[in-house]
Amino acid sequence: MTADFLLSLAQAVTKGLLTGMVYGLMALGLSVIFGVMRVVNFAHGEMMVIGMYLAWLGFEYLEISPLVSLPAIAALFFAAGYALQRTLISPFIGRPEHQQFLLLLAVAILLVNGALAIAGPDSRGVQLDSQFDSYEVGPLVLDAVRLHAALAAIAIALLLWLFFARTRTGKSIRAAADNHMGALVVGLDVPRLYAITFGVGAACVGAAGALMITIIPVTPFLAGEYTLLAFVIVIVGGLGSMTGALAGGLLIGVSEAVAGLLLQPSLKSMFSFGLLILVLLLRPQGLLGKASR
Amino acid sequence: MNALRRLTGNCTPRTLWSLAALLLLLLLAPAFLGKYWLSVLILILYFAYVGQAWNIVMGFAGQLSLGHALYAGLGGYIAAGLFFHYGIGPWAGLFAAVAAAALAGAIVGYLGFRFSLAGVYFALLTIAFSEFTRIGFEHWSWAGGSGGLFLKVDAASNLLDLRGGPVMFYYVILALAAGALVLCRALLESRLGRYWLAIREDAEAAQAVGVPVLRCKMLAMVISAALTALAGVWNAFYYNNLFPETAFAMSRSIEITLAPIIGGLGTLFGPFVGAVVLTGLGEAFTDAGDALGIPGIKQIFYGLALLVIVMFRPAGVWPWLSARLGLGERTP
Amino acid sequence: MTGARLDLDGIGKSFRGLRAVHDVSFSVPAGAIHALIGPNGAGKTTIFNMIAGVLTPDVGTVTLDGRVISGLRPDKACDAGVGRTFQLVKPFMGLSVLENVTIGALHRRRDPADARASAAAILERLGLFGRRHQLAKNLTLPDRKRLEVARALATEPKLLLLDEVMAGLRPTEIDVMVAFLRELNRQSGLTILLIEHVMRAVMALAADVVVVSYGEKIAHGTPQEIARHPAVLDVYLGDPEAA
Repeated sequence: MTADFLLSLAQAVTKGLLTGMVYGLMALGLSVIFGVMRVVNFAHGEMMVIGMYLAWLGFEYLEISPLVSLPAIAALFFAAGYALQRTLISPFIGRPEHQQFLLLLAVAILLVNGALAIAGPDSRGVQLDSQFDSYEVGPLVLDAVRLHAALAAIAIALLLWLFFARTRTGKSIRAAADNHMGALVVGLDVPRLYAITFGVGAACVGAAGALMITIIPVTPFLAGEYTLLAFVIVIVGGLGSMTGALAGGLLIGVSEAVAGLLLQPSLKSMFSFGLLILVLLLRPQGLLGKASR
Repeated sequence: MNALRRLTGNCTPRTLWSLAALLLLLLLAPAFLGKYWLSVLILILYFAYVGQAWNIVMGFAGQLSLGHALYAGLGGYIAAGLFFHYGIGPWAGLFAAVAAAALAGAIVGYLGFRFSLAGVYFALLTIAFSEFTRIGFEHWSWAGGSGGLFLKVDAASNLLDLRGGPVMFYYVILALAAGALVLCRALLESRLGRYWLAIREDAEAAQAVGVPVLRCKMLAMVISAALTALAGVWNAFYYNNLFPETAFAMSRSIEITLAPIIGGLGTLFGPFVGAVVLTGLGEAFTDAGDALGIPGIKQIFYGLALLVIVMFRPAGVWPWLSARLGLGERTP
Repeated sequence: MTGARLDLDGIGKSFRGLRAVHDVSFSVPAGAIHALIGPNGAGKTTIFNMIAGVLTPDVGTVTLDGRVISGLRPDKACDAGVGRTFQLVKPFMGLSVLENVTIGALHRRRDPADARASAAAILERLGLFGRRHQLAKNLTLPDRKRLEVARALATEPKLLLLDEVMAGLRPTEIDVMVAFLRELNRQSGLTILLIEHVMRAVMALAADVVVVSYGEKIAHGTPQEIARHPAVLDVYLGDPEAA
């Protein structure tokens, strides 16, 4: 092994870790929604893509950097998620999985084709000055946009952790997730908590979208890929576990980057799916999930 | 005769007459339908057939597979590959295609059920295998890689090589769809079929009354995968081309599940009714979309229609429709 | 249908180090009705699950007519002649009453028409024939319990394990169930082991009673002996259900 190779490997790992943080934030949304409501958001990648488009619109027409428009996008996603849960999804809680699947599939089709109708099939990216910047840490070169995105993702994940650990609403949501019946008995407004949860999950993925657009351009066809990617990440990390989602994001980010370096780039997701199969069979609660099954 | 009585035993005369009339109509359809309407009918029958095959795993045995594109893709690729490379006709090739798909179904099923994955977890396992296979085929030169595999178009009807015009393909898919309906009816009436329903309702209780749960689930997967492979073979020869990114795509898997879910999961006529509804909507929206000229507008209408159906008829269209029409399918 | 002899020989089971059942031995002679009682969490259902193959004992064996059945899968235990009901009833909710019992009957009868006829006869005996076309999810709890008994009987067991089939039934319904089980046992010689909190039913049915507490057998005798047993009184002191 040459030093050159080791350096490019280290470079790939760092790049994977940084992108992986954004993946983690995206998957966090999916995990929170499932952990609390046992609803699998099959429209997750579509939401991600909408987040990317919104950030692109903000940049293209209002000349706002995605990092600046991020809070507004997250707030918008929260409101939309809250409304979506209150109107469409709420009657489907506890229904058979295939019905939830069909409902969210319909939502996904609407979202992605709405984006297609408005923005067209061409890929849309943002041109930031920072895309040409980089930081040098020892021999490693870190892309500025990736580093900024990763730091923002970490900050948002911390905020989320604070919300669930410290605030009254966050604690109530955790109580409702642990024991639905108990939460009803002690008089928690479970429908409202569920709506907030869906809002929070949506805000995560919206924010992740705003960060992702600084790294790669968006097309409507990314949506399905992101939905699958989010699934892979949460299963590998542990469905319903917050730290699991973040760790899963990092792991998948790194494995994609390293596989892209060692193998053909087109083989990189084969690695992720192989990992998914292994985890499903050997440790279905996920690498960091609690063994409750 | 006895077998026939068993198959038709619980149907009302009205149901049987309606079925006979429908079959007659479908048999005569190519005589009076134009090219466009025939192609729509072909699409309906294809989705009805493949939905019927998927319904065995999900509707009967209660296991959510979202990776059925794997079996259709494998079937199509193997039959098309054998024909393309060695000139082996599809009627011979389909044995290899069905065997490979059944084996794949057995592997996915065994791993999933042996490690007791259920619900979303099982669904994700099926997706993972399909995606895994997709990437494999993208790099397999025998199958043409990501550039795809193309069959020579030949308008002269040659049933032996499954080369010919739409009318021939229409009758082949009609035979498949009708055969699958009869097969599923027979399965539902059989011991195995009852056992599937028991597993779908409550696997633990089923096992307590002597149902070999793992074996029954495996049989559901294998039978379903084998039937799905036939659809894949038909599909490959009808369209004359195969690409990994569409043949094994998740969207292909989802497409397979829609007709039975919309029509009514676990019912015999659900897949057919669902296929009529979905294809009808799809075609109507294509026209509307073309008229409006906005990309994606067809899919938006389609998504809205799905939304309306799942909100107002979550158990599917057929159970509601059959009650309206007074057509009896015994709901087991 | 004839009964089989059940022998439990020193069976034990722990869950993550927690001892659920420890060294329990007792026998139920062929054709007898015995009851298994004890406070909640005493390990009664764990013992049932070891007989029915849901759990494999860590130590000890379960034999039916001398044949070891512990460690068999539940469907194999059913083959061997064990029929059971569940404490929290598990009918096939989306299927009709007749289909529920037919599925049980298919175990020994491969022909669906034959199984259906057998199921109908069992439903008749349990007074559910009139409801045979209803979906199981539309039944009341007492009817669901009867349906579970019917489904288990349809597998033509040699040993019937009944897990709290009287719970939630009204006194008159209990009397009907007791009469049915006694008649069933008298006619067919089916061996029955029941977990029961309803002492009225235990006293009326069981020849012998096994008492477990904290996973161990603490007494075994006739209902009259058990009612006077000091260890049993100690366990049940203040438990109104035992009165």
